Amino acid sequence: MNTSNQGKQIWLHLPMLALAAACLLPFLLLVISSVSDEGSILRQGYTFFPDKFGVEAYRYLWHHSQQLVRSYGVTVFITVFGTAASLLMTAMLAYPMSRQGVPWRNTVAFLVFFTLLFNGGLTPTYLIYVQYLNIKNTIWALIVPGLLMNGFNVLLMRTFFMTTIPPALIEAAQIDGAGEFKIFWRIIIPLSMPIVATVGLIQTITYWNDWFNGMIYVTDSRLFSIQNILNRMLTDIQFLTESKFNAQLGEAGANLPSTTVKMAIAVVGVLPMIAMYPFFQKYLIKGITIGAVKG
Amino acid sequence: MEPTYRLRRKNSVRKYGVLLLMMAPGLAYLLINNYLPMFGLTIAFKDYNFSKGLLGSDWVGLRNFEYLFKTEDAYIITRNTILYNFAFIILNTTFAVGIAIALNEIRSRFMSRFYQSVLLLPHLISMVIVSYLAYSLLSMETGFLNKTVLPFLGLDEISWYSEAQHWPFILTIISLWKGAGFLCVIYLAAIIGIDPEYYEAARLDGASKWQQIRSITLPLLSPIIIMMTLLAIGKIFYSDFGLFYQVPLASGALSSTTQVIDTYVYRALMNLGDIGMSSAAGLYQSIVGFVLVLLSNYAVRKFNKDSALF
Repeated sequence: MNTSNQGKQIWLHLPMLALAAACLLPFLLLVISSVSDEGSILRQGYTFFPDKFGVEAYRYLWHHSQQLVRSYGVTVFITVFGTAASLLMTAMLAYPMSRQGVPWRNTVAFLVFFTLLFNGGLTPTYLIYVQYLNIKNTIWALIVPGLLMNGFNVLLMRTFFMTTIPPALIEAAQIDGAGEFKIFWRIIIPLSMPIVATVGLIQTITYWNDWFNGMIYVTDSRLFSIQNILNRMLTDIQFLTESKFNAQLGEAGANLPSTTVKMAIAVVGVLPMIAMYPFFQKYLIKGITIGAVKG
Repeated sequence: MEPTYRLRRKNSVRKYGVLLLMMAPGLAYLLINNYLPMFGLTIAFKDYNFSKGLLGSDWVGLRNFEYLFKTEDAYIITRNTILYNFAFIILNTTFAVGIAIALNEIRSRFMSRFYQSVLLLPHLISMVIVSYLAYSLLSMETGFLNKTVLPFLGLDEISWYSEAQHWPFILTIISLWKGAGFLCVIYLAAIIGIDPEYYEAARLDGASKWQQIRSITLPLLSPIIIMMTLLAIGKIFYSDFGLFYQVPLASGALSSTTQVIDTYVYRALMNLGDIGMSSAAGLYQSIVGFVLVLLSNYAVRKFNKDSALF
């Protein structure tokens, strides 16, 4: 009995192992390519088993890291600042919507909800941000358009507040003389850490991975995020060898190990996500499950 | 009645003033980011002129739409958008449900968690990184497929980034690779929620694993499958811009099989500066998208009231 069951388990593990490999191997290829010798890559192509390893790509990045360090700074800043601002705004909109008696709360709920159904699309959004708000080539362009607050997260938080915070608790605090803002800050938020963590995580990933805003609103290389550097390097093959990126490095692109450097920068861009993944994947899975059960 | 009502409202506004103020930043953001662009959709009916702005530009009626629908583009982008989405919905759902059922059968908790985490990993990375991974496989001169796999199979190298016919497969596989793990977590959560008593009863009646899956797991899972599918159908006029723009490296040679409405709107706006065409395509997408969301929500409601969006 037991052995036949174990035999059956193998037939489950085999395809799962194959799928797991399919998910992991591309990353492995990326990492191995980045620590390969440039000459090997030119001869063999990107490969799991290069003839020769070499860290020249990383050495190159290390010596010419001005733009890269700056872009890292931009990415870290928009991720931290954007996520914090986003959480604050989302919670501050969601909490009053969850309270009985607040005037216009249903109207507000509808206004939030409607943004999930209908939108103006790229063209009017772009024109409004560029023509009327002059957001082009400012740091705000990487934080504000489309990313800062999301109707779905607002509704998710509101549902959490409504279902987990007993109204009696708020009344008790009011009797003790706490003002509304104090109640929000000292009672509601600490009690709502699961949803704050979930939305915070979603926003962190969103900001870290965003390249779209940078692509449409930013042309100034001082404001390129890591994703934008990567994006430009790949869609514009010349970028690495000719552009400002290199001019700033103060060296001709002739001896640039370009095939391995590309992969090395990609590794540098994806590394923080993968390094943090084991720590936040529990919350991520919880978040997906909450999200699926709708806001 | 009227005065007391007004008084009450006035009192409640005073009483909840702080709470109302708290909502102000969020509402201001929605106004700028969501509502102004909705009104901005009127530019689809205008001859947009940068110096005259959104309100000042001249009305041209439906001329932008005439231009759009006279071109071949309108047909190609609609066809591509819909066909890709259908393929994604069918394949991603099938795979995700299959994987979720398999994961649920695996007895080693550790391995089940491990598979779950690994399959979810692609969901976390940006499309830019995905396009690097694709490039390392597909590049003409240095790609893994051209340099290692195809020679091993005795086949000729393929110039992936200039031959459009391969891309429906490539994009579908990438969508599956990136999306199935995410969907799978949702289905797995639903399977875990099924009452174990059903399975115990089935086991007592001598049902095999396969019979249990067919007559317990799948039927109980079907409401959530149908709901997810209908919601995806509601979004069938939209596509992942990154997948269709970044991964093919924005290559013009591939546009017959990689151009979708989202990338068309972007190109018309940013590369061609054709604001009329771009906003006409955008409005076409918004309105058909809206109707589809309403219809699919209506269908979800008919099917299961609790899972409807509204």
